[in-house]
Amino acid sequence: MHNVKKYFPIKGGLLKRVQGHVKAVESVSFELMEGESLGVVGESGCGKSTLGRTILGLEEITDGQVYYRDQEIQNLKRHEKKKFVKEMQMIFQDPYASLNPRQRVGDALVEVFSMHTNLSAKEKRDAVVDLLKEVGLKEEHFDRYPHEFSGGQRQRIGIARAIALNPSFIICDEAVSALDVSVQAQVLKLLKTIQEKYNLSYLFISHDLGVVRYFCDRVLVMYLGNSVELAKVEELFETPLHPYTQALLSAIPRPSVHANVKRVRLQGDLPNPANPPSGCPFHTRCPIAQDVCVQSKPEWQEYQPEHFAACHFAGKSILEGADV
Amino acid sequence: MSTTFSVETPQVRTKKKDRFVVSTMKRLLKNKLAVVGLIIIAIQVIMALTAPWITSYDPATQQLTKSELPVMSEGHILGTDNYGRDVWTRIVYGAQISLVVAITAVTLGLLGGVVLGMLAGYYKKWDAVIMRFVDLLFAFPGILLAMLIIAILGTSLINVAIAISIWSIPTCARIVRGSVLSIKEKEYIMAMKSMGASDLRIMVKHILPNALAPIIVFATMRMATAILSTAALSYLGLGAQPPTPEWGAMIAQGQDYMWTSPHLTVIPGIAIMLTVFAFNVVGDGLRDALDPNMDLN
Repeated sequence: MHNVKKYFPIKGGLLKRVQGHVKAVESVSFELMEGESLGVVGESGCGKSTLGRTILGLEEITDGQVYYRDQEIQNLKRHEKKKFVKEMQMIFQDPYASLNPRQRVGDALVEVFSMHTNLSAKEKRDAVVDLLKEVGLKEEHFDRYPHEFSGGQRQRIGIARAIALNPSFIICDEAVSALDVSVQAQVLKLLKTIQEKYNLSYLFISHDLGVVRYFCDRVLVMYLGNSVELAKVEELFETPLHPYTQALLSAIPRPSVHANVKRVRLQGDLPNPANPPSGCPFHTRCPIAQDVCVQSKPEWQEYQPEHFAACHFAGKSILEGADV
Repeated sequence: MSTTFSVETPQVRTKKKDRFVVSTMKRLLKNKLAVVGLIIIAIQVIMALTAPWITSYDPATQQLTKSELPVMSEGHILGTDNYGRDVWTRIVYGAQISLVVAITAVTLGLLGGVVLGMLAGYYKKWDAVIMRFVDLLFAFPGILLAMLIIAILGTSLINVAIAISIWSIPTCARIVRGSVLSIKEKEYIMAMKSMGASDLRIMVKHILPNALAPIIVFATMRMATAILSTAALSYLGLGAQPPTPEWGAMIAQGQDYMWTSPHLTVIPGIAIMLTVFAFNVVGDGLRDALDPNMDLN
């Protein structure tokens, strides 16, 4: 288990109706290293969650490939898929909705083992108790129902369920967004601890840049189903190349009144993904857009080592544009 | 890395029959009408189970010397019919028949309805086919459909049960499909899918328990309909055949003696009415008690 890569060039597009396609995810490619956390950020409706679900096969992939350790996984037969299911798990956004309200927490976790292992009832129970302890819960929580837990505790249960099968890769779909800030910190810490212990990779989908900066190693910025920038977290926060990233970063609330940072407000709404703009998808709202942006779609290029962006004017500050 | 737990866990572990059942029962028992219904049903069940011990007569043995005795006669508290058979005995054994037929019919109906509704709700491609078939069944008025089925199968109580069960399928299928459609979009179903759970496991272990409330209410209400329909079909001569002590058949038989011995029609009529009333109010009570907005959180 070393020096392995996960490679996900995804070309997507969700077929909704025959008349048209809602291009929820459009040509997103990236690799995820072992033990790495990759943050995926972007505004609501930009396709972050769809991306996560597509990787797991919960949404059918329209085009493109998902590789896991150099093996293509999206067109596998059921029984072949099962071993990848063990490797890839997901933690969901809403801790109130992601647990079956009629199933005791212990039983929900036992079920995971029933599906994938041949342990005896006693062994399964022991394994579940270990899991509960691992995520900071207690043995007596085994027989409780989900509604008896707080949001943070439920999310711990969700984490327990995700790590039950010793996966190597977990997708956290807004895993802490529904929680209080204090609980968020605890859950994030738990995720980090687990990551170090099991050498996990995370695909961390979030809209909270603060959380992403704290938690992730690299960040992928998405806009309207397209990847617009991918870089190491510090580099992205220090020298964002894409105007959309710059605008996102300038929207982070600053604690100091003296910071005196010029903010850029984007005008308008996210265009309709069923009918995306021509050329660069961001040109309708970009303060530094030129004619070329309307006409041709910018290439996904590596501008600096391990720093990708898709913009004709990558690196140009949006402060040079209007509306500062 | 510890969270504070507001409640210390009691030593005693919760029993398998969980708080959900207990809290539902508690709410149900607050509803006075439903309690009355439950008592009537309980009495009926006890009557049906202990029939040989609570009467000293046989429901079919004729005593022509003692025919048409009025209510409160010596030895015959509800009188006797035109063949001298004890009416109380026949009512008690009739309870047996009504319950057995109704339970069989409802169980079969639920089985068919739940399976069809589940498949239609879960698999998009089956939805149209199954629901059009259900619409077809819906197009027949219930009792007419039952009569049609009996005409095909022949008259007997078993066929009555089958007919009523087929009649119950479309309503049940629609109710189940509706619940399944909303439940299958829930995140916990998505979570199970991402775990690699099979469709069958998801349907049986995760969707069904969450769709149970409307099914239970439907089953209770349908018991009332089934008992009423059994009586109606037997009254028409399509169900129980003489000398079976079925309530509807008893009314049919007693109507010739309506003017001389009204108790022969009135008593089985009251029995039917009370039973149907009981199941209906319990069903109503259950619907309120099971309100999913109340039982979670």
